[in-house]
Amino acid sequence: MTILDKAKEIQKKYSPFITIADKETKGKGRLAGIAISVKDNICTAGMQTTAGSKILEGYIPPFNASCVEKVLKEGAFIIGKTAQDEFGFGTFSVNCAYGIPKNPLDTSRSCGGSSGGASCITAAADFPHIAIAESTGGSISCPAAFTGTVGLTPTYGRVSRWGLVDYANSLDKIGCIGKTVKDVALLLSIISGKDEYDSTVLDAQEDFMKYLKPSVKGMKIGVPKEYFENVDQKISKIIWDAIKKLEYLGASYKEVSLPNTKYSLASYYIIAMAESSTNLAKYCGMRYGMHQTLQGNFDEYFSAVREKGFGEEAKRRIILGTFARMAGWRDAYYLKALKVRTKVIEDFKQAFKKFDVLAAPTMPVIAPKFSEIEKLEPIEVYMMDILTVAPNLAGIPMISVPCGLVDKMPVGLHLMGDHLQEGKIIQAAHAFEQVKKK
Amino acid sequence: MSDYWKIDKELVKKVADNARLKLIEPEIEKFTKQLEDILQTFKEIDKVNTDNVKPSFHPQEIKNVFREDKAKEWKWDPLANTRNKEKKYFKGPKIV
Repeated sequence: MTILDKAKEIQKKYSPFITIADKETKGKGRLAGIAISVKDNICTAGMQTTAGSKILEGYIPPFNASCVEKVLKEGAFIIGKTAQDEFGFGTFSVNCAYGIPKNPLDTSRSCGGSSGGASCITAAADFPHIAIAESTGGSISCPAAFTGTVGLTPTYGRVSRWGLVDYANSLDKIGCIGKTVKDVALLLSIISGKDEYDSTVLDAQEDFMKYLKPSVKGMKIGVPKEYFENVDQKISKIIWDAIKKLEYLGASYKEVSLPNTKYSLASYYIIAMAESSTNLAKYCGMRYGMHQTLQGNFDEYFSAVREKGFGEEAKRRIILGTFARMAGWRDAYYLKALKVRTKVIEDFKQAFKKFDVLAAPTMPVIAPKFSEIEKLEPIEVYMMDILTVAPNLAGIPMISVPCGLVDKMPVGLHLMGDHLQEGKIIQAAHAFEQVKKK
Repeated sequence: MSDYWKIDKELVKKVADNARLKLIEPEIEKFTKQLEDILQTFKEIDKVNTDNVKPSFHPQEIKNVFREDKAKEWKWDPLANTRNKEKKYFKGPKIV
């Protein structure tokens, strides 16, 4: 059975893909023989890219995103494009225009979102595979935690966003989901670094493989107490067990307070929606994606395409985001949210004066059942992101590593580091992963 | 400040029109209720004292990056993905 045959089998069972490649390619380099899946909001030359939205149906990018170009140069084979919540708008990958990925560990449950297809194929693949995913407010950590995979969200600006279908420009980060910490460290080493097409990329190239050490001796871990409020008790217990394992490996830990955590949810959503409503203004059925027969004036034509092409959550976010930027409301919403963001960043900066790494649960719950998700109101879904939005607002790197089971479903340990300190979280996650195997 | 956090059907309709979204009546109804709930939760940020706090448009300080202003060859056909074109141009709906 070829890898593509296997991918098609997995597709039948769990629907991780929107598009599967036509043929396997062979190359030379550090990723030779490894299948790389690409989240569908990242452009792949000649392969449909929809960001999970009907409004981009049929869009075939003429170019590769910078990160895709980099993996191809290292001999990777692009296996396909993974399912996601439309434009990244969701926590459970149920706002999908092309099919909902199912959790390979229990198909009645969500894979997490928005990079749900990426975590799904990572968990299901029995061949060498790593996923290129993307996070705006938790879209790598959450699906990794729900599927028992490893999700690495790098520092904002580590990886070029050129070729990414933007959700929120000041928050979007391309990252990786893999079966092991080594997999994500390898992929990040390749996709990170300067790019002349993205001026926000930091000039900081590193080989992250050097941090794959079995020890965390002398490492100082902070445990933010706010990150255990409203968390399932069984999950809290497993996280504390994991922290004690890190202590056993030579680290020390202490509780710390990040007092602005509870305000991060509102700050994040206001900023993310404001930015996304401007980004989504360009989809109007003229240059790419969904088209209709040209009729009526521009207002009627654009409105008709957008009405048909956007899903419900996209519409909700466009309205709220547009509202938050309107004259009269802008200061109370958007500017206020940006100021609260400064305070959230300061909380982290203070904590990282004392600690190398912060450890917390990735998600407050295990992967919910689709029947449970159906009953949630939009605000209840947003609240599920309470543990991931603050580090995403601050643009600090984070990794979710599996650390145990609750009701037979995986729990993620979230390790967060200061800006550009991916090395420390990779080291801690790798050491933890090694001891867990014993 | 509390008035800022109120939203009604008229406002939802106005914002949707601004954003080129034509909503039908039941959608306006549903969104108004959902947005009310969302804004009641978001109102929480009013409690944060942000006097003398600068807004963070980015998570880190972003510096300008310069390069020589030299033209590069553009290899891709910008019209490859459109259905509505005429000669070398995109064809759009009527403006006036």
